Amino acid sequence: MTTRIGTIFAQEFRLARRNLWVGLATGILGLFAVVLGIFGAGQGAALDADALTLTAASLATLSVYLIPLIALLMSYDSFAGEIERGALALTLASPVRRWEVFAGKFAAQSLAVGVAIVLAFGAAGAFLALSFGTGSDGIAAWLRLMATAFVLGSVFVGFGLMLSAMAGRTATAAASAVGLWLVLVVIYDLALLGSVMAASDGIFASQVFPWLVVANPADAFRLYNLALIETAPVAGIDGLASTLPFPPTAALAVLGLWLSAVLALGIRRTKRIVP
Amino acid sequence: MTQPILDIRDVSLSFGSFKALDGVTLAVSPGERLALLGHNGAGKSTLFKAVLGFLAQGEGTITVAGHRPGSDVARIAMSYLPEVVSFPQSLTGREVLAYFSGLRGASRSEIDGLLDRVGLADAADRRVRTYSKGMRQRLGLAQALIGAPRLLLLDEPTSGLDPVSRHDFYTVIAEAAARGCAVLLSSHGLEEVQGQTDRVAILSRGRLRASGTLAELAAAAALRTTIRVTAKKGHADRLQADLGGRRMNGCRLEIECAPDAKLGLLLQLGHHREALHEIDVFAPSLNDIYRYFSDTKGDQP
Repeated sequence: MTTRIGTIFAQEFRLARRNLWVGLATGILGLFAVVLGIFGAGQGAALDADALTLTAASLATLSVYLIPLIALLMSYDSFAGEIERGALALTLASPVRRWEVFAGKFAAQSLAVGVAIVLAFGAAGAFLALSFGTGSDGIAAWLRLMATAFVLGSVFVGFGLMLSAMAGRTATAAASAVGLWLVLVVIYDLALLGSVMAASDGIFASQVFPWLVVANPADAFRLYNLALIETAPVAGIDGLASTLPFPPTAALAVLGLWLSAVLALGIRRTKRIVP
Repeated sequence: MTQPILDIRDVSLSFGSFKALDGVTLAVSPGERLALLGHNGAGKSTLFKAVLGFLAQGEGTITVAGHRPGSDVARIAMSYLPEVVSFPQSLTGREVLAYFSGLRGASRSEIDGLLDRVGLADAADRRVRTYSKGMRQRLGLAQALIGAPRLLLLDEPTSGLDPVSRHDFYTVIAEAAARGCAVLLSSHGLEEVQGQTDRVAILSRGRLRASGTLAELAAAAALRTTIRVTAKKGHADRLQADLGGRRMNGCRLEIECAPDAKLGLLLQLGHHREALHEIDVFAPSLNDIYRYFSDTKGDQP
């Protein structure tokens, strides 16, 4: 079992490296982190906060868009493409278990996203800390950002693999991945903002709305990071971060729940594939 | 009598109202090579997928090495090469084989030997992207030979290969069969597998129409041999009166006869030596035999 998962893991990780996914993701994330950091350092003095803390806040908001996108791009073709090319039939003809295939792919692609995050945010963080100085709060915020970004990436790798196993064809898988990204990352927030503006006082705004926000894995990631940064300049839906009716760790639990859900669903769909 | 590795008994499979397989019975023993012939959509790939355990089983039973398709024993005993396979372009041939060795729990030390056996030793560390179609197919065959399987399932393995590659391909298959591996391979036509397999089975519209050696099939088809006689000027009428047959034109006569009557007819023609210009004998071709089983009988209920 471990040999088989290890074999699939090794091949998938090698492919992610050879196909330049890791390099590309590292480059994009690193670039954005450094640019945001340099902009943030300018305001840092005025807001009485260090550069790393400020950048962690703005980077959390940006990562919500980038990391799910990178994770979905890396994973959406994983099953569908292999089904179309006939390669999955060969894999499944061997004594491997379906869940082992899913687990190996998931572990490798999550790690690929994770490596990109650690390399990019790690280097950018070190650069910002050395250039503008920081304190223990700043370092803690930055490490929290890296760790939760990795979990967020894993959730969306799981989503991508699940959609890929469900679709069975590359074009369908791509379309559903884009659709999922739009719904969870863009439309969900807009819809919630619209509804809370329509009913700005009452039970909905104070009791239902926060739970609806945190139910979305992308928002949960952002809320967790922002809620723990006191000096974060937040606006719009993120204003909720300072008035949460539950502890920030609840957002972590939501991420964990989503992760288990997509893994369970993904493995179920993988078992139904007819290659 | 050795126990067959692959035993297919009375298997029927339907997709909705379409009957993809209809009462197919087939067995392959160790060391035996069986060619499964059929046109596109005859049910060959469906049968393979059923043997691999990818399809929910319909009626009938399939056993591989005595076990259910998809079970561990069956999957370890058998390996598979589909008609079109594209390995990840950015991996090397050696990496592809290492992957399947890992999945099959086979030793990596046999990879070099396998690459050598299919003639890819020199290209082992090149990316699959740079391989020709023949090389990719040979890599696929090497993949199928990992872990010394007892049953090889090859789905149209040589379609699109040039004659030299095809010959090399069948040499490797023959070596595997000589070591006791059972081989089930599918193909479009009889010519391609002539002399390369021990038995032939013909599948048409989901039903098995015939199975046996080529000689047995030819005998069962009992297709008539055609003798075309070209007579010298003015002798054609006399020849036809004596031998029968159809007149094609002023001097040509076509006589059809059963295969075993051919010799007698030729001897009889010898008596008319002075009237003959030319004799051509057309024995039924492999294509005629294949068409006889896959088309003619297919029209019967």
